[in-house]
Amino acid sequence: MKIFVYIDHFKGEALAASWEALGLAKSFGATTAIVFGSGVDDVANAALEYGADDVLVADDSALLDFRAETYASTLSALVSSRTPDLILFPTTTRTREIAAMSAVDLNTNVITDATAVEVSGDSVVVTRPIYEAKLFEKVTASAKPQLITLRGRAFPKPEKVAGKTGTITKVEAKTDALTTVEGYSVADVGVSLNDAGIIVSGGRGASNNPSLQPPAGLDDKQSEIWRGQQGFKLIGDLASTLGGAVGASRAAVDAGYVPYSTQVGQTGKVVAPDVYIACGISGAIQHLAGIRSAKMVVAINKDPDAPIFKVARYGVVGDLFQIVPALTEAFKKKLGK
Amino acid sequence: MKIIACIKQVPDSEAKIKAENGQINTGDAPLVINPFDEYAVEGALQQREAVSGSTVTALCIGPESAKEALKHALAMGADDAILVSDPALSDLDTIGAARVLAAAIQKIGGVDMVVFGRQTLDNGSGLTSAQTARALGWSLLGLAGQIKVEERSVRVERVIEEGRQTVKANLPTVISVVQSIGEPRYPSFMGIRKASKAEIPVWSLSDLGIAAPDAIIKRSELMNPPARDTSVEIISGESPTEIADKLADKLITEKVL
Repeated sequence: MKIFVYIDHFKGEALAASWEALGLAKSFGATTAIVFGSGVDDVANAALEYGADDVLVADDSALLDFRAETYASTLSALVSSRTPDLILFPTTTRTREIAAMSAVDLNTNVITDATAVEVSGDSVVVTRPIYEAKLFEKVTASAKPQLITLRGRAFPKPEKVAGKTGTITKVEAKTDALTTVEGYSVADVGVSLNDAGIIVSGGRGASNNPSLQPPAGLDDKQSEIWRGQQGFKLIGDLASTLGGAVGASRAAVDAGYVPYSTQVGQTGKVVAPDVYIACGISGAIQHLAGIRSAKMVVAINKDPDAPIFKVARYGVVGDLFQIVPALTEAFKKKLGK
Repeated sequence: MKIIACIKQVPDSEAKIKAENGQINTGDAPLVINPFDEYAVEGALQQREAVSGSTVTALCIGPESAKEALKHALAMGADDAILVSDPALSDLDTIGAARVLAAAIQKIGGVDMVVFGRQTLDNGSGLTSAQTARALGWSLLGLAGQIKVEERSVRVERVIEEGRQTVKANLPTVISVVQSIGEPRYPSFMGIRKASKAEIPVWSLSDLGIAAPDAIIKRSELMNPPARDTSVEIISGESPTEIADKLADKLITEKVL
């Protein structure tokens, strides 16, 4: 079986999930990494170090900015001439669009968010979550090539072999564009929820600290948001002490305490950290579905009957405004930070 | 502008969904407009308000019952609605849906902008907007948190993992929106009355002049997620510091940090 792995990167920084995809591909056989962009030699070399046998690179100034249509056309042309059986992608905002469009060109389709991939002979069976991870399905694709995007953290990241080399072949870029990228405002988002091994997450309860007095001049709504943001500062402190990401429930996002990009569950992200620390989150069914793949849940909540305790390994019935800062201090001391 | 909002009907997000004998059991959960698609309708209505003389048409593929989801879009303020329904469409994958939607958009004719939600709650793959754009040969402005139309060009602020990206395209275009577009408006009383009386046209595949697309992705098995070990150990103590100390020790001992 001929396997390609698409290495997703942002301005030359490869996403860790790309290496997870390489690791999985290598367990099936010889693997070709594909890298698109401008000035992406470092990404191509890293792909070799993470296990690719060779790399195909479309390096062109017109590919400097990601645009779905140029990247998809480049991929479709490459696939038509080199006929791989299987193309693996990490699941990212970019790869969904490239794979989706290329599938139209190639008369095949994409299986997204794979949590398991079984290859036997010519057949590939993929397991993926549906209905907000309330169910899982096994699916197959009846057309070639098979395009599969892999859920982040569902597959182990391979060890990097520093200095490993291999053949890097330049291929043609397709540069007919329909869109123009005018600029970026790159946020300091810290650790992304998709890649996070540890997530500390807050709910509506983050605004319930009675000992705080909002600054003068705020109306009721603004005061509540201010209170919520103070609560999330404590949650953020714990997350950064543990090198983790900040998450939030829909209630906290709807109330305006944090941006929606932090939302876990229902119309938000499905996450798979090693530890998920839920602070002041009661545990609505959609939220619980979104954290089903967490290896361990820790719940801190005032209400001993909150549903979140039903999925937790450890629980604290108490006030997050006391427990969370104390926990930050405890970890700083014990982990020597 | 002629704006189309593409929507889907899905089981409510509160639903307890189980796999039973290889079938999906959604219990007594109501079917609703896909929550992400409410943002699509909201985004479309915002653009109608921004560009005078615009109209919004809600478009849906589904069984007769999916008219209820279209009525929600009408109650929110859409001008009209079209249901594409055909017994041959029971087994669609995203590419199939995109090809049918593209055919419907071409039949409507003169469309300037097609707005999608970022994904559906049921399949959740988030591919259909990009595939519809490609099938039409139009640009895709994906994951837009803000949309601004000037003359025949559209500028969006696209929300990606790394922050935001400003991208421009000419009309016609396909846009998928994220929640930053703004909270979907509630149906108004007048809107609900209008929606309840609306006659929603139903188009079949022969109306569109296409054959049923073959599903390329096929399901072979359906599973419930593995049950979680649910025994919770409650950590208690005299003071927050003592509780925090004990909890930190537990997590360090478990080697999960």
